[in-house]
Amino acid sequence: MRTIRIGSGAGYSGDRVEPAVELVEKGDIQYLIFECLAERTIAIAQQAKMKDPNAGYDGLLTQRMEAVLLRCKEKGIKIITNMGAANPIAGAQKIKEIAQQLGISGLKIAAVTGDDVVDVVRGGDYTILETGEKLSTIKDNIVSANAYLGTRPIVEALRGGADVIITGRVADPALFMAPLLYEFNWSEENWDIMGQGTVTGHLLECAGQITGGYFADPGYKDVQGLARLGFPIAQVQEDGTFVITKVPGSGGKVTLATCKEQLLYEIHNPAAYITPDVVADFTGVHFTEVGENEIKVTGGKGQPKTEFLKASIGYVDSYMGEGQISYAGPGAVNRGKLALEIVEERLKLIGVQYQELKLDLIGVDSLHGSNLSKTEHEPYEVRARVTGRTQSMKEAVRIGNEVETLYTNGPAGGGGATKSAKQVVAMVSALVPRSLINYKLHYEVI
Amino acid sequence: MKLRELAHSRTGDKGNISNISVIAHDPAQYPILEKYVTAEIVKEFFAEIVKGDVIRYTLPSIGALNFVLYSALGGGVTRTLSLDAHGKGLSSALMNLEIPLEE
Repeated sequence: MRTIRIGSGAGYSGDRVEPAVELVEKGDIQYLIFECLAERTIAIAQQAKMKDPNAGYDGLLTQRMEAVLLRCKEKGIKIITNMGAANPIAGAQKIKEIAQQLGISGLKIAAVTGDDVVDVVRGGDYTILETGEKLSTIKDNIVSANAYLGTRPIVEALRGGADVIITGRVADPALFMAPLLYEFNWSEENWDIMGQGTVTGHLLECAGQITGGYFADPGYKDVQGLARLGFPIAQVQEDGTFVITKVPGSGGKVTLATCKEQLLYEIHNPAAYITPDVVADFTGVHFTEVGENEIKVTGGKGQPKTEFLKASIGYVDSYMGEGQISYAGPGAVNRGKLALEIVEERLKLIGVQYQELKLDLIGVDSLHGSNLSKTEHEPYEVRARVTGRTQSMKEAVRIGNEVETLYTNGPAGGGGATKSAKQVVAMVSALVPRSLINYKLHYEVI
Repeated sequence: MKLRELAHSRTGDKGNISNISVIAHDPAQYPILEKYVTAEIVKEFFAEIVKGDVIRYTLPSIGALNFVLYSALGGGVTRTLSLDAHGKGLSSALMNLEIPLEE
């Protein structure tokens, strides 16, 4: 029976580089996918592109391509990635340049554009899904708006003979499903197989999170070899049934438990996971262990896709200033508390305007609040943290400064002060009619 | 008994919404989870953190529950002042939930 093997080479933009090289060398794969585009990444990339028209693609594109491009070409492995971020065409040109430097010829690179819908959302008064307010309320601060495209442009690029496909915003599972539609000629209106394909993409898209990453809990859930974690491979049959596995000898493990955790990762209603291609139903998914580090997956289903595409909109929300300082030894908690009180009073005295202020004692209750953190033991060390949201960078900077001045003006023994300030580009989403969104393909050939 | 003895868990985030899976170590014990780990219990457990509703979905086929926690991430991953902006640690917190069973 014919099967296709797809490897997941990255689960986020900063992910490790070598696992993809291992997949290329030892994974016996035909497709290598890099999913590198978090919600906010594209808004920040758009800001970079506004400063430099040749920028706006993923910062690790060069490093990843230099690591795998030559061997992928030699082995006939096709690469699909959303590392184009805000500028897929510039990304494709960069890949071409890298290929030339590596002495590669006969390579076709496709860039997918059309996800950028800034003009569309500025022109229509759409509702913000998260707040129910109109987008016009943040109109002047919008820096990016990108619709989640589906499999169609990628499938078309594969039919067009592309060896490398670089996109901007595309639904993560679509990056993995597109080769299946292309190889097996699946109908994009066979909703059940599209649902099962979505399960494949969803399980692979976070790379190491299904092979033992984000899983280990010593004594309860032990995982060996996390420093050399192998990234996942899906071996897919024509009927959509697939086996999740990894390169033999690599670190980590693929088990029923790792697969179950990843199936529900970032899922709300498991019976209706809405993607651009299908409304997938995960409730009938079944996992079977068929070998060591081999889990067979069946039972994904689907319902027809909706008339809308989700657009992710980035806007300049505010500025954030932060400072931290540590205390240790007897009385550390009380000195940390005193530090927080002093900074809060200082900010009032010097007139720093903030919309929101958070005072944390790291090591005590910073993550989950005082009730869940209750303990009889006083920690040996604490780290005081002050964070505030402001309307200007200037005021954000002053928050960290007031933590730093605790060195000479605050409680005894404060050490290791750090401070930072940044612009906050936040994200909201809206539904845009499909009819207003048209993708385009751009090819670079050498 | 702590929930950690019966189940494992993973947190995901989308905007200001967190989801927490609770998966039986042994699928035969799934009915215990379904009985004791209700949406109300989880809402009460995270009272200090979660400002919105908690909805529970059941997946008996894999012995798992999925909780969706609204207004749970201090305004959303991209703008919260929280140290753990994604709320990655919420699943670990929930493992401390007391289940009224003898060990």
